[in-house]
Amino acid sequence: MKVTEKEVSHVADLANLELTEQERTRLAKDLNSILEYIDRLNELDTSNVPPMAQVTGGASDNAMRADELRPSLAQEAALQNAPDASDGFFKVPKVIEK
Amino acid sequence: MDTSTLTIESTRSAIAEKQITATGVVEEFYRKIKADDGDIHAYLTLCEDRALQQARHIDDLAAKGGTLPPLAGVPVAIKDVMVTKGLRTTAGSKILEHFIPPYDCTAVARLEGAGAIVLGKTNCDEFAMGSSNENSAYGPVRNPRDKSRVPGGSSGGSAAAVAAGTALAALGSDTGGSIRQPASFCGVVGLMPTYGRVSRYGLIAFASSLDHIGPLTRTVQDAAIILRTIAGRDPLDSTSANVPVPDYVEEMSKPVKGLRLGIPKEYFGEGLDGETRSAVEGAIEQLRAAGCEIVPISLPHTPYAIPTYYVIATAEASANLARFDGVRYGYRSAHAHTLSEMYRKSRDEGFGAEVKRRIMLGTYALSSGYYDAYYLKAQRVRTLLTRDFEQAFQKVDAIVTPTTPTPAFKLGEKADDPLAMYLADIYTVTADLAGIPGISVPCGQTKSGLPIGLQVLGKHFDESTVLRVAGAVSLKSRT
Repeated sequence: MKVTEKEVSHVADLANLELTEQERTRLAKDLNSILEYIDRLNELDTSNVPPMAQVTGGASDNAMRADELRPSLAQEAALQNAPDASDGFFKVPKVIEK
Repeated sequence: MDTSTLTIESTRSAIAEKQITATGVVEEFYRKIKADDGDIHAYLTLCEDRALQQARHIDDLAAKGGTLPPLAGVPVAIKDVMVTKGLRTTAGSKILEHFIPPYDCTAVARLEGAGAIVLGKTNCDEFAMGSSNENSAYGPVRNPRDKSRVPGGSSGGSAAAVAAGTALAALGSDTGGSIRQPASFCGVVGLMPTYGRVSRYGLIAFASSLDHIGPLTRTVQDAAIILRTIAGRDPLDSTSANVPVPDYVEEMSKPVKGLRLGIPKEYFGEGLDGETRSAVEGAIEQLRAAGCEIVPISLPHTPYAIPTYYVIATAEASANLARFDGVRYGYRSAHAHTLSEMYRKSRDEGFGAEVKRRIMLGTYALSSGYYDAYYLKAQRVRTLLTRDFEQAFQKVDAIVTPTTPTPAFKLGEKADDPLAMYLADIYTVTADLAGIPGISVPCGQTKSGLPIGLQVLGKHFDESTVLRVAGAVSLKSRT
């Protein structure tokens, strides 16, 4: 076992996922079998191979645009899908926890 | 009206010559959707009023004798991972069940700008993560050719709609094979362009360095017309390429005689279904007869493509899906009292099992202590996979392979085994990693009538040759 259930809990914390006990057990099993398969990458010596950064090289220029004011999404439109909003703000539960 | 034989060009010219109206075409497609889509479930959302309004606009234009745009009156379906202003977009996820986008995806806007009419949004695996469409939060799609089987995924609804004749063409997205694999399973044409050829603006991101938008169509020419319409630089996507867009329809009409086609031995090994092999080999013989030179080649790192993909795609997904937090849009859990509880519960209740599995795998691969071993390692192997193609394309103009190792499998057959499901993409995933274009075109069927797809891969930005070879295969497979 590469990944223990404790590590699954740690990774779930990093990913902001609240997992049930059942999900944790299942994910430990799935991650172990997938990672075992992924380990075959270690058969390859890549010490002199650079990591891929952009597959099509220079085709997509690192485009910089002029720093000009442009219209953007209106506040009303930006809030229309909010689960909770008030006075032009997104509303969320208490941020500071005791 | 028989809509089953319409193509993009025949629809436009019949409307221009007033043999049919755009309104009549759209009404007929909705009649067919209502009659046939109950079993297939290719559509998640329909937009009949909007479509009929667009159709009337085309008919007004035709009545005035004006020149019709190239896709005038063509009814299309859009995979539900592309946002459409004012039209619900779910990404196949419960977390976006009530999401009404405030803007349009560039590819969709360009299609509509060319006169195409959006019929509705198609079912797909949740956030495009899957190879069978069984990961949709809204239930699976059935393959129109055999309803006990999957349509493939993740663009399963788009492929099924085109195969069932409930859309004339569709847009899909391809991250590991999600256009070509369902096209192969459903017996339609599916084209993944070069990375950056089509803007990703408005495509709900799965893995940003691997995501591509492309067409699913009845004919290779229709794929060429749609690509011509949606391709090209978009200031709203800084990764969209600054490369001229040729006239693909003209390009694909050139003869294939003299083209050198590579046949990679790694794509014809263990695991390839016998009937698929015969159909693909038959098509290769026809290409040889048409004057192509057939060249055996090797892409030696192919066996490492799936593990490479599942590190990079999940790592990028874990970052992209962090935005679903229940704050600005999407599902929010009703059972949370604090902010962090709200994030965690909203995501746990809103995401399905496969999405959580991939977020977990990606987060693990990026986490402290594992980044070098997994993510960086995979990006190095990605360089090797890309070099395989660079070397091959010094010797050949295009590469021909099966699209999938087997024809469409049964619903439920691989649902409990993520690894077996991942292997359904074994012949498609490498092109995504290398950013090269690929197409799946029908080249035959099994004795039991299941479609078999042939894949053509090309050099970066050389969709022209890919379409040309696919066009030659599809001409032959019809005779």
